[in-house]
Amino acid sequence: MRLRRGPAAAAAVADPSRGIELQGVGHTYGERTVLTGLDLRLTEQRIGVVGTNGSGKSTFARLLNGLVVPAVGSVLVDGLDTATAAREVRRRVGFVFQDPDAQIVHPTVAEDVGYGLENQGVPAAERAERVAEVLDRYGLAGHADHPAHLLSGGQKQLLAIAGVLVMRPARIVFDEPTTLLDLVNTRRIARLVEGLEQAVVVVTHDLALLDGFDRVLVVDGGRVVADDRPAPAVAAYRALVADR
Amino acid sequence: MTLALYVPGPSPVHRTPAGVKLLALLVLGVVVFVVPTLPVAAGVLVGVVLVGLVVARLPGRLLVRQVRVVAVWAVAILVFHALATDLLTGLTTAVRLVALVLAAAVVTATTRVTALVAVVERLCAPLRLVGVRPARIGLAVAMALRFVPLVAERADRIREAQAARGGRVRGPRALVLLVVPLLVSVLQLAHTVGEALDARGADTA
Ligand SMILES: Nc1ncnc2c1ncn2[C@@H]1O[C@H](COP(=O)(O)OP(=O)(O)O)[C@@H](O)[C@H]1O
Ligand SMILES: [Mg+2]
Repeated sequence: MRLRRGPAAAAAVADPSRGIELQGVGHTYGERTVLTGLDLRLTEQRIGVVGTNGSGKSTFARLLNGLVVPAVGSVLVDGLDTATAAREVRRRVGFVFQDPDAQIVHPTVAEDVGYGLENQGVPAAERAERVAEVLDRYGLAGHADHPAHLLSGGQKQLLAIAGVLVMRPARIVFDEPTTLLDLVNTRRIARLVEGLEQAVVVVTHDLALLDGFDRVLVVDGGRVVADDRPAPAVAAYRALVADR
Repeated sequence: MTLALYVPGPSPVHRTPAGVKLLALLVLGVVVFVVPTLPVAAGVLVGVVLVGLVVARLPGRLLVRQVRVVAVWAVAILVFHALATDLLTGLTTAVRLVALVLAAAVVTATTRVTALVAVVERLCAPLRLVGVRPARIGLAVAMALRFVPLVAERADRIREAQAARGGRVRGPRALVLLVVPLLVSVLQLAHTVGEALDARGADTA
């Protein structure tokens, strides 16, 4: 049983300079330990996460916006505990999933982009304006009334990202955003991520995506085994899997 | 599955409030059942086609596609009545069916899903008294419209994958072999969709 903090702690004033902090974090699914001993402070603008299948990357990513609450330790976003201030944390940290089909919930493009704003109680007129602006910026303006299921894979991922960006979170976590995409769309998403003003954490198997990043974490067997600038971190990752 | 989805346009039909269009649909339905004569059914059919093609300027193939879906039923009804009662009754019933299907297609093709959903939410507002949240029902309707084609597509992929390895695609055994992986796939999808709803603030609505 984890102890609930009092309302005073939950209402603590957010401090964006603190970034995302993991304090003694570990996670288990049932008996199975998926993450252990994580003590990190994520303040950089561009952070990459690499690791083999099943190493715990997605669980790590989900910890960062409270989709998964750690079994031990705590995760703080701008000083807010994901266990007690989930709503506020999710407003601050957007999440883009690997499979866009799973995160598009409305039948047509513009309606889906507006969904998160509706949840935030943004008035209809402002919602329409912000949706139009985002669709325009990401080349989906001509598709506003298109059925989402008729979009191409690349367009679906753009739509999924647009649905997050329209909510203007300060940080965005991407879980393998290009794994299902072809080379052209992979590059398009890479450029999009590059141009974002938000701080991002990107889980990826596409090592080229990490060029120009500030920091890369290598996850293996539920631990962070390397934490460095992209070049040395990727080298460590290659060395790690060399003899498997 | 062929849902007539929204086709944007500037027509007066598009601009008519969703609630009015749904009410008109309801009235048409009642009329053709209360006055079951061929002239009325045919009149409604002609009226609906005119409104759809001329006033709303919907593409003709959209209406043709809808007719194709119910054509089998219309013909079956016609044949059944021709044998069991008389041809006129059969004709009336078949025309009535096609007219209503087209009327529904005209409404869905000229109305945004959000507008339809808003009407559903308003109609469900009294349920608030018994603790049901109308917004949730609205979201469920929108999500059903979104995921029906997606699930149909996944079923196709599974069928293809099985056919590619020489599997049968028809018969009861094939159905079981389809349903099990489809269920697994849909449950996995549902799990992620749940997370995505959370991530986009669904619990705060
Ligand atoms: N919801 C869950 N329930 C049980 N086990 C899970 C769940 N999600 C992930 N796992 C397991 O946890 C481990 C790490 O998974 P994940 O974080 O998805 O890794 P990655 O994204 O690096 O592939 C895997 O062995 C996976 O099977
Ligand atoms: Mg993963």
